Amino acid sequence: MKFLSQLISGVSLGSIYSLIALGYTMVYGIAKMLNFAHGDVIMVGAFVVYTACVAGGLSPFFGVLIAVVCCTLLGVVIERLAYKPLRSAASLAVLITAIGVSYFLQNMALLIFGSDTKQFSSVVSLPSVTLADGSLTISGETIVTIVLSLIIMVCLYLFINRSKPGKAMLAVSEDKGAAQLMGINVNAMIALTFAIGSALAAIAGALLCSSYPALSPYTGAMPGIKAFVAAVFGGIGSIPGAMVGGVLLGVIENLSKGYISSQLSDAIVFAVLILVLLIKPTGIMGKKINEKV
Amino acid sequence: MKVKKILALALALVMCFAFAACGDSNTPSDDEGATSEQTTDSNLSFANEGTLKIGGIGPLTGDNAQYGMAVQLGAELAVAEINAAGGINGYEIEFRMEDDVSQEERAVNAYNSLKDWGMQMLMGTVTSTPCKAVSSETEVDNMFLLTPSGSSVDCIEPDTAFRVCFSDPNQGLGAADYIADNQLATKIGVIYNSSDTYSTGIKDKFVEEAAAKGLDVVAEEAFTNDSATDFNAQITNIRAAGAELIFLPIYYTPASLIMSQASAMGYTPLYFGSDGMDGILGMDNIDTALVEGVMYLTPFIESSTDEVTAGFVSAFKAAYPSQLQYMNQFAADAYDAMYIIKAAAEKAGITADMSVSDIGTAMATAMTEITVNGVTGTGITWDASGEPTKEPRVAIIRNGEVAAA
Repeated sequence: MKFLSQLISGVSLGSIYSLIALGYTMVYGIAKMLNFAHGDVIMVGAFVVYTACVAGGLSPFFGVLIAVVCCTLLGVVIERLAYKPLRSAASLAVLITAIGVSYFLQNMALLIFGSDTKQFSSVVSLPSVTLADGSLTISGETIVTIVLSLIIMVCLYLFINRSKPGKAMLAVSEDKGAAQLMGINVNAMIALTFAIGSALAAIAGALLCSSYPALSPYTGAMPGIKAFVAAVFGGIGSIPGAMVGGVLLGVIENLSKGYISSQLSDAIVFAVLILVLLIKPTGIMGKKINEKV
Repeated sequence: MKVKKILALALALVMCFAFAACGDSNTPSDDEGATSEQTTDSNLSFANEGTLKIGGIGPLTGDNAQYGMAVQLGAELAVAEINAAGGINGYEIEFRMEDDVSQEERAVNAYNSLKDWGMQMLMGTVTSTPCKAVSSETEVDNMFLLTPSGSSVDCIEPDTAFRVCFSDPNQGLGAADYIADNQLATKIGVIYNSSDTYSTGIKDKFVEEAAAKGLDVVAEEAFTNDSATDFNAQITNIRAAGAELIFLPIYYTPASLIMSQASAMGYTPLYFGSDGMDGILGMDNIDTALVEGVMYLTPFIESSTDEVTAGFVSAFKAAYPSQLQYMNQFAADAYDAMYIIKAAAEKAGITADMSVSDIGTAMATAMTEITVNGVTGTGITWDASGEPTKEPRVAIIRNGEVAAA
């Protein structure tokens, strides 16, 4: 029963990592850049929900909706102002810009909301489920996180593989130049990617802070890094990879905390990552692309 | 291309000037901010010329800002009172607090800039890890150091370093004794921060004393600063081990997360914390039902009726009506620290023209000879090691209020 409980906690944590990792992996797949500000967009999303629900007195549903809208706009604006001018610049310059945006968002939040940690009110009102005479309790947040993550991933998968804009995004990710020749508006597709990634970040932020209800300007930093690891783990650029990577990372982290050592869990997670990358350098589901000369 | 280069150069120059201007205008205004209450008040009169410059270091921003802000307000309150009553030995006190974000390098930088300002004694630092770093600096200068709340044993290694609060081991000892003597529980789980000396220091002594007192520590679980959000694994293990009480020698932010995750699991043990738990009710939007019944060691309980505490509470309320969330043990420790400095300085006959090193030696001797009745304890005395001797107090949260247990 203890194992099951640890496993469920791991899947719940992993689902949040997956949602965040989707943002990393989509942006990498299409714009070929690591958007390190993604973790902080999550934090912004959580703060918007917090402000709307606690200060504004709105219902959690509208709070999350407003956060999704705000983060979508934020993602597009960041892309337009910070990344688009650097599209032909060296990848290192873009990476540093992303780190800069990350610090900018953290410090803006610090200015507006202060450094005090805020207790986040859960956006989930589903009661927890008690099984096996109370020895196994699954919280409502866990259920909603897992179910919602699954739904989002399926929708995203269908969107990319079935819809026209999705296919256009796929085309841009494979060959920007050729896609443009085919009449695809590359800039619009990249903006769309950022919009979707940031909207997911807002949802991830609300779920993250519902499960772990302490909100500060640095809330997004560590989950952001872990989710980046999850994206690499699963194969960066691959959407199913981000899902698998996220869930695996969460489960490995939680099981090593529960059964090996609560101090060494991060070391174990990263050791597993190194092993995976040694055996399969493109990640679990990453595709190996042969450059034709 | 050339135009661009010239433009870039011009912009860079503009930036340089802007920063330079910032530097120029900031320094004096900082001075004003820190000391305006004391220095620009012309109504105050002092028997002697010159001032005693006391520095303070603590986190005014970042994760532990609540502690640093409280210390700053508590210290400034005491300084204002002491100055209004004629200062120390007839000298006006100037107090200046620097931010260290609870980081070692920042704390040492803050110490150096306070020395440049002319600091003669240090009231700080607020948190343990930076305090260790700063105390090795004060040892070189033989600077007198009185930390209000740095509770790690090695904070006060130098001969001229003292503290107001309990040391970590003494807190672990006090907590285990209290739990055993009041029979709160027999099976105990511990969650501590293995990347924090404060937390591990208390935990080590607690586990040792618990064994001596016949308590059963069924699970010891750790986390680190980098993994301080998800505690489900630790809580599941502690629950499976059958703990009735969880001892939390940690700060309140992770503690609040532990409580909410345990409650989401349907697990409701008793919680007993160290003084890092103080301030949990000050968290924005805290769910008071969640922290109901939480007990912790603290030197300051607002509802206490003793004269010094009541005086401090009413003075604090009058001075900072909009910042009452900072009226906690850290403010009390800092308030006491200033009066302790006053008592020791009067005993030692400190004058404003003494060197930092002479002040340090004289204060260190005087500290072992004084007895102070403060907010954080009655009849507090010190031995040469710098440790205070006072009774531990336990607080309990009832209906969203802190009460004496």
